[in-house]
Amino acid sequence: MSDKTAITLHINGRDYAINVEPRRTLADAIREDCGQTGTHIGCEHGVCGACTVLVEGEPVRSCLMFAEQADGKQIRTVEGLADGDDLHPMQQAFMDHHGLQCGFCTPGFLMLAVGVLEREPDISDDDLLDVLSSNLCRCTGYQNIIKAVRAAAKEMRAK
Amino acid sequence: MSTRETMGAGMTWVGRSIRRLEDPALVTGQGRFTADLAAAHWVRFVRSPAAAGTISKIDAPDGATVVTAADLNGVKAILPMLHKFKYRPVPQPILADGQVRFVGEPVAAVVAASEEEAEDIADEVDLRIEETTPVIDARAALDADAPQIHPEAPGNVIVDGLARTEDFDAVWKTAHKIVTVEGRSNRQNATPMEPRAGHAAYDASSGRVTLTCTTQMPHLMRTAICDVLGMPESDLRVIAPDVGGGFGQKMSLAAEFVVLVWLARKLKSSVAWTEDRRENLIASFHSRDQHVSLQAAFDKDAKLIALKADIAANVGAYSCFPTTCGVEPLMAMAELPGPYNFSAYECRARGIATNTCTMAPYRGVSRPVITFALERAMDKAAAAFNIEPAEIRRRNLIEKFPHTSPTGLVFDEASYQETLALALKHIGLPAFRTRQQEARTNGRHLGIGFTTFSERTGYGSPAFAARGMEITVGWEQAIVTVDPSGFVEARIGASPHGQGLRTTLAQIIADELGVTPDIIKVVHGDTDTAPYGWGTFASRSLVIAGGASLLAARKVHAKLIKIASHMLEAAPDDIVLADGQAKVTGTDRSISIAKMAREIYTQAHRFNGELEPGLTESATYDPSGTFSNACHVAIVEVDIDTGKVTLEKFLAAEDAGRIINPMIADGQVHGGIAQGIANAILEEIVYDESGNILTSTLADYLPPTAHEIPPIELHHLETPSTQSVTKAKGLGEGGAIGAPAAVMNAINDALSPFGVEIDEMPATPQRIRAALRAKERVKGNVA
Repeated sequence: MSDKTAITLHINGRDYAINVEPRRTLADAIREDCGQTGTHIGCEHGVCGACTVLVEGEPVRSCLMFAEQADGKQIRTVEGLADGDDLHPMQQAFMDHHGLQCGFCTPGFLMLAVGVLEREPDISDDDLLDVLSSNLCRCTGYQNIIKAVRAAAKEMRAK
Repeated sequence: MSTRETMGAGMTWVGRSIRRLEDPALVTGQGRFTADLAAAHWVRFVRSPAAAGTISKIDAPDGATVVTAADLNGVKAILPMLHKFKYRPVPQPILADGQVRFVGEPVAAVVAASEEEAEDIADEVDLRIEETTPVIDARAALDADAPQIHPEAPGNVIVDGLARTEDFDAVWKTAHKIVTVEGRSNRQNATPMEPRAGHAAYDASSGRVTLTCTTQMPHLMRTAICDVLGMPESDLRVIAPDVGGGFGQKMSLAAEFVVLVWLARKLKSSVAWTEDRRENLIASFHSRDQHVSLQAAFDKDAKLIALKADIAANVGAYSCFPTTCGVEPLMAMAELPGPYNFSAYECRARGIATNTCTMAPYRGVSRPVITFALERAMDKAAAAFNIEPAEIRRRNLIEKFPHTSPTGLVFDEASYQETLALALKHIGLPAFRTRQQEARTNGRHLGIGFTTFSERTGYGSPAFAARGMEITVGWEQAIVTVDPSGFVEARIGASPHGQGLRTTLAQIIADELGVTPDIIKVVHGDTDTAPYGWGTFASRSLVIAGGASLLAARKVHAKLIKIASHMLEAAPDDIVLADGQAKVTGTDRSISIAKMAREIYTQAHRFNGELEPGLTESATYDPSGTFSNACHVAIVEVDIDTGKVTLEKFLAAEDAGRIINPMIADGQVHGGIAQGIANAILEEIVYDESGNILTSTLADYLPPTAHEIPPIELHHLETPSTQSVTKAKGLGEGGAIGAPAAVMNAINDALSPFGVEIDEMPATPQRIRAALRAKERVKGNVA
């Protein structure tokens, strides 16, 4: 155990002033210190991507970042995707195209796809497949995740 | 893409791809998984670093709370039981008691105020083990001088099944050609994305404990844990909240859950444990590790006449509860003959203990391996007879129903020939063969592989009783209620965790009650609110829980008709339920279901004692089982220089009877196929000689990403099942059963110009290159 440091995480437009050990990962801080349990932890090795969140707009494996490194930064998680009752086009597309089954990897895929499409709205289908291969899903065989993300990309470009 | 060749959607909810009722919570981060719960105490397990040996010392740091076997006074061992097939019961202590039998076996439980602190203390626990020589491979464990894992199972054989038909010797003698397969599937881990987790909380006012955990069988977990701890079931509530995939791994009893409940009672507080991925990969439950030695005899017309097999299943250190370690070898023995028309069969199937992680069911259970072996035999025979692989299957597939297999299984009406024909139509075999030839001249090696197979689904207790299981699972129960608000609730014993059952059961019930699915809530996964049932596994939930839901809904339907008859003063035969109303046909008279429900609860006296108050009906369902079927086709390219396999296309023509929700059904098939592809080319748990696992991260174990899974093309036929009240068959496992064989056959087709065969899964680049190199060496082409 070591001393805790006071930091502030800005998650989905709200400030969380928390005290964390230096070794606290951003994933644990988001879930346990800030109570936002929509971000899931699947491996803690940076392989599965279930814990993907957006830090300053960039998709990040929150299990590979220390909470202290995110001090003062803008963080978006799955809880912040919808605008009130209006779902984000990515959330809607995952529902419309059956892009989820157990739902455990889903928040990571949603944040990964949203982050990349906000950065590169015109990303090619091949490059999008490359991006989606960053995260693991065990239920869907990826068929409907790919379909959903492509549909949402179209929708996001149209907006 | 996906096409459907029969049955339009019509005017029913069943048959429509409605969006899932599960999804709004899951896409907004509002799902509730076990690890989301906070607790007063956190648990970290100290696990054995040695595969075999005697514990000589466990020293805890001063002041730390560390529980060992010595503390668990009066706690029984887990003792799964079969009453057949020379099964030898082997006890599994909750925490290792004197001996350790695999790397990762829990030895002690550290309790601390935070997860981090528990991990720190666990690192400081001084655990000493006098190591002995372990045995890792099943066949090595059969050697006369092999280390003995359990005194109760001399020779390391825990279960030993033998099947032999009377005609075997006579038929075998008449064989025209015999082909041999030495099939090997290495070890896998089902790898749900959510690791296992448990949270046990003591309630001081009631003295009860609530265990929230990652399970596919909440009721059986309660029964099992209460048996082991010697406590009344009424004192334990088990909740399976949102569960992040299971695939079989979460249906067996985890010793860790027993410790959590014991601790919650001891500390009169809440305790939580979430395993990390390494624990999941080394110490949860493994699967698939099997050798299948198969000989298939054919007559002069390439008709299969007899099969002879020896199956050695590595079951790991202990026998899993409730199925026992017989689940793999015995199912393999019963189902190896597949959907082919022959009678003579001999098979020995053994479950062999080793110093490895315990085996448990994983999607497909034994059938991915036996189907791979049998379908390799069909391809080898096709080559021996110089006919197309599709043709040898056409000659041998069953087409008369019901068909009784050599092991006595009764196959109901299905479409084995038709799905093969459908797959052939869409894959374009002649064009592929031309393209394959052209590619070969350019040094590129394409291959095509077929599987035709059956998937036994929705089987109730008689099928499990045939195995002699002490815990004979099988039936399901549903309680359907229309509440006084007119909304519908269905409480079920099954425990879905990604299968979309809240949606599909709502579709079934909606049609029966003439309401919309969105007013139906399916309640599951809580022993306090759901009726006893067995859970979700074995491609059974839609068939059995769906059947029970339909039967209960029919009773509610019948009662609604009576209520309407009374309130509308019309003859029951003239009343139909539709659009949320009871309508008198040929008139404009109707009454809403909500109004009738209100009446039967709040104005029950008006029914003059002719109808019981309330609107709740229950039903159980225990069917004999029904067989889904499919033909899978894989097209691959093998890079001869690197051994890399790339899937170009995967096609499945499948038949699971009446489809309740096509979108959900397709999703199940996609997921199974992806896992089957992984079985064939990617995933492998590798042990070194000392019994340590070399693949303890997902980066080493290699579950597939979006890159490795090709576009999957699905085609459907619907042969309604006469063995299922909903006419639906199960389809949860078929993808995983058929895909490995299709991919392996395709790889072997690609390698055929080199005279090289690969009958070991996964067919990694290393294995493919080793086989090619060995051949080159024989030819003298390599120095």
